[in-house]
Amino acid sequence: MTDTAVAPLLIPEPVAGYPVTTERLPVRILLIATAVVFLVLFLLLPLAAVFVEALRSGLGTYLAAITEPDALAAVKLTLLVAAIAVPANVVFGLAASWAIAKFEFKGKSVLNTLIDLPFSVSPVISGLIYVVLFGALGYFGPYLQGHHIQIIFALPGIVLATIFVTFPFVARELVPLMQEQGTQDEEAALSLGASGWKTFFKVTLPNIRWALLYGVVLCNARAMGEFGAVSVVSGHIRGKTNTMPLHVEILYNEYNFAAAFAVASLLALLALITLVIKIGLEWRYADQIAASRRH
Amino acid sequence: MAEGRGLVLKRPSSIPGFGLALGFTLTYLSLIVLIPLTGLVLKSATLGLAGFWDTVTESRTVAALRLSFLASLFAATVNAVFGTIIAWALVRYRFPSRRLLDAFVDLPFALPTAVAGIALTALYAPNGWIGGLLAPLGIKVAYTPLGILVALIFIGLPFVVRTVQPVLEEFDRELEEASASLGANRGQTVFRVMLPTLMPAILTGFALALARAVGEYGSVIFIAGNMPFVSEIAPLLIVIKLEQFQYAQATAVGTAMLMISFGLLFFVHLIQAWQRWRFGQ
Repeated sequence: MTDTAVAPLLIPEPVAGYPVTTERLPVRILLIATAVVFLVLFLLLPLAAVFVEALRSGLGTYLAAITEPDALAAVKLTLLVAAIAVPANVVFGLAASWAIAKFEFKGKSVLNTLIDLPFSVSPVISGLIYVVLFGALGYFGPYLQGHHIQIIFALPGIVLATIFVTFPFVARELVPLMQEQGTQDEEAALSLGASGWKTFFKVTLPNIRWALLYGVVLCNARAMGEFGAVSVVSGHIRGKTNTMPLHVEILYNEYNFAAAFAVASLLALLALITLVIKIGLEWRYADQIAASRRH
Repeated sequence: MAEGRGLVLKRPSSIPGFGLALGFTLTYLSLIVLIPLTGLVLKSATLGLAGFWDTVTESRTVAALRLSFLASLFAATVNAVFGTIIAWALVRYRFPSRRLLDAFVDLPFALPTAVAGIALTALYAPNGWIGGLLAPLGIKVAYTPLGILVALIFIGLPFVVRTVQPVLEEFDRELEEASASLGANRGQTVFRVMLPTLMPAILTGFALALARAVGEYGSVIFIAGNMPFVSEIAPLLIVIKLEQFQYAQATAVGTAMLMISFGLLFFVHLIQAWQRWRFGQ
């Protein structure tokens, strides 16, 4: 009789046919609580703080902050930079993944490693390298000055730094997927008489479209939000070379917190939209996005 | 590979466009990444070996590099522990808001670092939501090295969760059953059967978080206080040297940081090679 009373305490509750492969209830609750508290504390609270601080001084202040000329100029510059940097890295990503996934050649793994290189470089260094090349005291500085070409503290420098930090995003989504897909579809199209370009646009591109979109979304989020690299090459000229993240910094350093958080909230919104698209793609097209879990 | 004769650079293929694709890839890679990075290293070399050594061993530089590295090491360790717990809870248990929280794990990848920086500062400042709770206890987070730690934990969190999660999802439950049927209790199964299998993924996530943290700038500078010798990180020191037009010195610190980062990257490759060798994938 005592056996039946004690037994339920010793045997973990059965879970979907695996009674011995889960933890006891108190341990489960403790682990879940730890995970939830940690995520709320480190992720959700900062996000909430952005919106609360942005609206603290009222909606009028908020709207004024995001519609004043310098803020609008920053938004415009950010969009322009992303509009140049993202397509550039898309073309590169397509070329690189075509070469790496469709052919066997020497040095392929080295090339694969080099593509990921910018991810392991500090953003500050990503800006610094272009200052060293094109800055007033840089290698090409005297030549550029002689020809009145401005790269550093101007749009070209900002675009270059942004391209550098977002360099691997598209390629690293496409390479593993195209390697998985092999060359059979393309060979079939070619043997039926399609040209190389036609094969690419009608066969390859449709095969990789969701992974490409996935890479573009991540690339774009980073391009619009990059701070360190752009900060080094921008020169922080208000209304001219200030991107949105730099505008946030300037406002914040002027103790104009309401305005800083107002502009920051736009970037936070961009982050949320990025997450929604990303998760949507992962749920809907998981099989067509290789390596969807890796970053 | 079998028919390769050693000197053959590319295997024959019926697919066109190899020359164009590889040519463009190599040109773009060289112009954007390789040549500028080489320029950085060459510039630091203009100091000469002695000058380079003097710059990177200058007490302020050493303090900044040490702070960057130690804070990153600490933050990556916190992330390794809590990231594994979070991955475990997200994969193994069902609880309300699980999918939402799972989606939010990627927030640090999507949220611009400057936004994260000012948000964390607002939270942990003495009059902030969390800082206000800690202030009566005598704990100051914002504008101290502790603040740097908070920012680095924030930006490094997804790396461990996202490397451990897939391994845990594919974990063979029969191994756990075998372990239990052989008399192991749950603790023994978790710590002696499962964790060793998860370890390469945890280490990979740890190294990635560490590499990211060492170079992190945007989220840290707002919350750090940026006092030389106390809360000044190495990337900030580069910016300061640049603003003083000390290009060569800035590149020297940059080159030192690159060496640290590439060392970490090499470490990740070693782990992955070891993983392949051990599990024969």
